[in-house]
Amino acid sequence: MWNIVLKKDFLVTRNNKEAKMKNNYLFLLSFFLLMNCSSKEEEIYTPIPYNLEIPTLFANKLIAPLIPSNNPLTQEGVTLGKKLFFDKILSGDGTQSCASCHNPKKSFTDNQQFSNGIDGLLGTRNSMPLFNLAWNFDERFAWDGKEFGLEKQAFEPVSNPIEMHANWKNVVQKLQNHLEYPILFLHAFGSSTIDSVAVTKAIAQFERTLISGNSKFDQYLNGETTLTSEEQNGFAVFMDEAKGDCFHCHGSDNNPLWTDNKFHNNGLDATFSDLGFGNVTGDPADNGKFRSPSIRNLAFTAPYMHDGRFETLDEVINHYSEGLKRSTTLDPLMKKVHQGGVLLTTKDKADLKAFLLSLSDFDFVNNKGFQE
Amino acid sequence: MKKIICLFLIIISFSSCNDELDCCIYPKPVNVTLTFTQNWDGVPVNASDFNKFKFTTKNGEIISINDLRYLLSNLKVGRKIKNYQLINIGENTGIRLNFEQIEQGVNILKFTFGFADTDNKDGIYQDLNSVSFNVPGMLGGGYHYMQFDGKYKDVNNQDASFNYHAIRSVNRTDPANLIFQDTSFDVDLGAIKITNNTTIEIKMNIAEWFKNPNTWNLNELNTVLMPNFEAQKMMSANGKSVFSLGNVTQ
Repeated sequence: MWNIVLKKDFLVTRNNKEAKMKNNYLFLLSFFLLMNCSSKEEEIYTPIPYNLEIPTLFANKLIAPLIPSNNPLTQEGVTLGKKLFFDKILSGDGTQSCASCHNPKKSFTDNQQFSNGIDGLLGTRNSMPLFNLAWNFDERFAWDGKEFGLEKQAFEPVSNPIEMHANWKNVVQKLQNHLEYPILFLHAFGSSTIDSVAVTKAIAQFERTLISGNSKFDQYLNGETTLTSEEQNGFAVFMDEAKGDCFHCHGSDNNPLWTDNKFHNNGLDATFSDLGFGNVTGDPADNGKFRSPSIRNLAFTAPYMHDGRFETLDEVINHYSEGLKRSTTLDPLMKKVHQGGVLLTTKDKADLKAFLLSLSDFDFVNNKGFQE
Repeated sequence: MKKIICLFLIIISFSSCNDELDCCIYPKPVNVTLTFTQNWDGVPVNASDFNKFKFTTKNGEIISINDLRYLLSNLKVGRKIKNYQLINIGENTGIRLNFEQIEQGVNILKFTFGFADTDNKDGIYQDLNSVSFNVPGMLGGGYHYMQFDGKYKDVNNQDASFNYHAIRSVNRTDPANLIFQDTSFDVDLGAIKITNNTTIEIKMNIAEWFKNPNTWNLNELNTVLMPNFEAQKMMSANGKSVFSLGNVTQ
């Protein structure tokens, strides 16, 4: 009987040992599995959604900004995009960043007629200012609309031989070997493996946060300030179909974008050395058309037009008043071309300029959050 | 036995009633799609016809169309109403409008060209603001009814612009005391018998804008028509023969 009991005890003890061994194995296995999981942080890190601060006027007057479903804004994505935007690592020789031609203090353009690339070569178009890009509902970017979507637009300057003149493979390799970028990409996009798609997604996220909506005229529309009599008359000239008739292409008090983001031939030339939109669509009817820029922040964005031909706002206003040139694709909204334009008086010109300058958003150009 | 027969008859009569309700008294609602097409005196016009001097007005001017977008409001098919529809021919947008749950039977098709004054409130439609369809405050605000831009050959055979923009008519003789006239107008395309899912074509004859009852002279009335009280009334009068019912496909 005792023998049996002892045998039983022995067997129980043996079974316990085996069970303990099993438990140990299981513990070790679980430990290694967990170790393995914790090394794949990308599987568990969730970026924090970024909420755009939309000005009240925009929220009241406009439809919602466009945020692609495959590139939602996140705090980590925007932070990464900003870092990339200001990082010269994106250029072939490490001398230029996006901000070299898109300076935040100049409303994200520069003051050059044409910008210098890393090799000292000049472009053929004036650098466009960057703001309120999420409200470009047609998503055609650049002066000629050749880039569809902000992400796609961001691809181009990096490899353009007269701009940043880099090779995307090299850029990605440099970012991959960087001390900080892999973890920043991991947090923004869930993978520390960097590629050009993720780079452009991050830059586009940052660009969508560049919102300009606090000029004196915005404050006037919000009932926070008053306009001078010159600014008031200038706004009337802008809105008067018999005078400036600017509102058909450049927005109004009901469209705070101050652009239609459409393509127009505004009578700059009788013949075209740059086909603009026509070169993109292949339709001769689009030759000489360029996207209407917003008239916000003109105080910071000289020179003007797609080729930066006008150094001052006075030259721009004179062009529309008496400098229009006839061509086959001239926009019908350009009136009285037989006399060069609508022939504004000197006072109306000065007042129009005063109104245009009331759309200068100093908070935007001084926003530290948008600077390096 | 009698009770069983009675019960049986009652069940049959009730089930018979159910069948009748399903098939005949409440027929299944259907979908109706309005499609908006344009023509020049019967010749179809679409974006590919733009930017070409290929149309001749009643007054004899040869024109090209560069942009054409117009707004219809209070679109009614029977009891169903859609608030408004912006149709942009150049961009080929807004050219279809779907109505769901339309009752089978005879339905009246009506709409308003532009906004009637009660709906023409300044700046309240975000989608229309976003595409810059507004009218300046100095003209009373609200929205365009139509933006029709193009070119015509003037008396010297030179290209000249026209901006045939229809809005609520405003008399600005005294800028401090604007006088308005609602120049939107109702279009009743009549009763349509709908027995199935249906597509209804609404045709715009662009030539009519220059024709009837006012023969439009583009050499006289070409640009800056928005503040032109009389021109707006003429546009409204001409517009009344512009729309007609096209194909009805069931």
